[in-house]
Amino acid sequence: MFPVIKGASYILVNAPDMVIHNGTTQTLERETNPDSEYLKKAPEHLRAFDDVVAYPANQTYIGNFDPIELGEMARPWYDKKIEGASRFGKFGEIMPQDEFYGLMKISDAFDLVLLEKGFTANVKIKFEAHNLLKGFSVKLGNGVEIEEIEKAVDNLGAEGLYMNGRLVGCVKRAHEFDKALTAHVMIENLAVKASGILAVLHLVDKFGINKDDIDYIIECSEEACGDMNQRGGGNFAKAIGEVAGLKNATGCDIRGFCAAPTHALLNAASLVQSGVFKNVLVVAGGSLAKLGMNGRDHVKKGMPIMEDILGGFAILVSENDGINPVIRTDCAGRHTIGAGASPQAVIEAIVASPLERAGLKFNDIDVYAPEMQNPEVTEPAGAGDVPTANYKMIGALAVKEGQLEKSKLSEFVKKHGYVGYAPTQGHVPSGVPIIGHGREKILNGEITRFMVIGKGSLFLGRMTNLFDGVSFIVEKNPGKTEEKTVSKEEIKNMVADAMKEFASYLFQK
Amino acid sequence: MDLEIQQRVKDLTEKYGAENIVVLLGGAEAEAAGLSAETVTAGDPTYAGPLAGISLGLMVYHVLEDEVRNEFDPEVYDEQCGLMEMVLDVDAIKQEVGSIREQYTQFKD
Repeated sequence: MFPVIKGASYILVNAPDMVIHNGTTQTLERETNPDSEYLKKAPEHLRAFDDVVAYPANQTYIGNFDPIELGEMARPWYDKKIEGASRFGKFGEIMPQDEFYGLMKISDAFDLVLLEKGFTANVKIKFEAHNLLKGFSVKLGNGVEIEEIEKAVDNLGAEGLYMNGRLVGCVKRAHEFDKALTAHVMIENLAVKASGILAVLHLVDKFGINKDDIDYIIECSEEACGDMNQRGGGNFAKAIGEVAGLKNATGCDIRGFCAAPTHALLNAASLVQSGVFKNVLVVAGGSLAKLGMNGRDHVKKGMPIMEDILGGFAILVSENDGINPVIRTDCAGRHTIGAGASPQAVIEAIVASPLERAGLKFNDIDVYAPEMQNPEVTEPAGAGDVPTANYKMIGALAVKEGQLEKSKLSEFVKKHGYVGYAPTQGHVPSGVPIIGHGREKILNGEITRFMVIGKGSLFLGRMTNLFDGVSFIVEKNPGKTEEKTVSKEEIKNMVADAMKEFASYLFQK
Repeated sequence: MDLEIQQRVKDLTEKYGAENIVVLLGGAEAEAAGLSAETVTAGDPTYAGPLAGISLGLMVYHVLEDEVRNEFDPEVYDEQCGLMEMVLDVDAIKQEVGSIREQYTQFKD
């Protein structure tokens, strides 16, 4: 029986100071052009936490706002606010930076994160008031004197942690010479771990999951942890599970650029369906490096720097319960090595081919979820509206295959895909943002099935020029069907009947 | 245009001579394609890369422009570009890249 998706959580972390100090667009600019106008202007373009919370796309990501309604809302969205928006949502939350530094502290197993005393005391109060974090507040400790932090940043290459430009903490390097354990690498990895933990805590909380039931974890973000002898050795999965209290689980990391979450979900589904494990958790933390990635264009166009949030998610794949939507493991789409890299070849491999195997037409998928990047982030940088471009390509292939009239292409685009609402965090927007809303819409009967499409630009790693893509269909659970069993008595009768038939056949001869 | 690609265009131009280079673009957006065209003709407009202040004046086309399209075997073209031709704003791309070429290319067909 097909495995099911039991729940999906989504979290965002607002990290304005990290945009300036850790986003690669800004760090590179500081290195190559320290007096640039952009660096001077950037701080003025950072949003306040309340604005980040009320931003319609963010509210959609954490489950408080419907993606269809978002699609109907006139753009720009950044000057609009959802009335009475809460940082907490149906699927997760939007965490402010100070609490996140606290979460990085409790994620740190090697005393690499130092937080200032007064700052720690404030974070402790906020942890006590947070339903999911109050149990962790004691782990924050008492903090250290600011002099110790200043010394680590000034003399020992530690990465500073700032609040409104003021130094409040740091992440130290984990080794004197090892380039895989520099403060720069450690802060990125601890950000993945901390945001991953937050996503797991919300998943367990929102969907009433028993932590002890989770027996395998797959982490699928885009960073690598290890030392100089095994730069991507791992294992974020187990590190996240340890802090989140998943004591009966083991796990591993799966990498595949932006396509990794879809690969991870397919792996999870296979492990569950084969009976190897019963409950497999797929989790990903956020990407610090991508903060402010398109900031230069946002500032140039007088917009706020939109990439001021880390993203994360956690999804639980479990044995079929007859209720939750199923993952169709019989028709996974995959872009093979020999498939060719033209857009047509890609869409054929990851959309048309699985549809054909499932005996479905393009119109049978209610919602396609390829790259769910928020267009308001990508358009000013000249990258266009990525999800819409994908829906157009899918529709165009439907036209080429004679399943859609060309004149109905724009209607198809509107009807079969949601507007992008996920942050441009690489793996985070890639297909998986649909699962929260899509699962709910299947359960309440609004839709029957959706397709998750993960794509990856492998050339960025300079190992191959190949493109990558995988996909799968999620659909309404037809309900549990009792497996037919045959009793001993029935078997005896069946054998007796067969013998009789055979005897009469011989007799006639 | 990516800084590394700018460097590759610069290196190839030095190696083979500007008159022997044609840059073929595939960008999906008119604005982005225009910026790339400008980079390899007038120089990097963002002043961030190796082509900042360097006007190579190269011949540059987008793969969806007729001049390029006509050079292809129609079947291969349809297989490789047919889908995107249906999806992209081809006129805007043609206009943007064509106008940059008109202004800055130092080599004509």
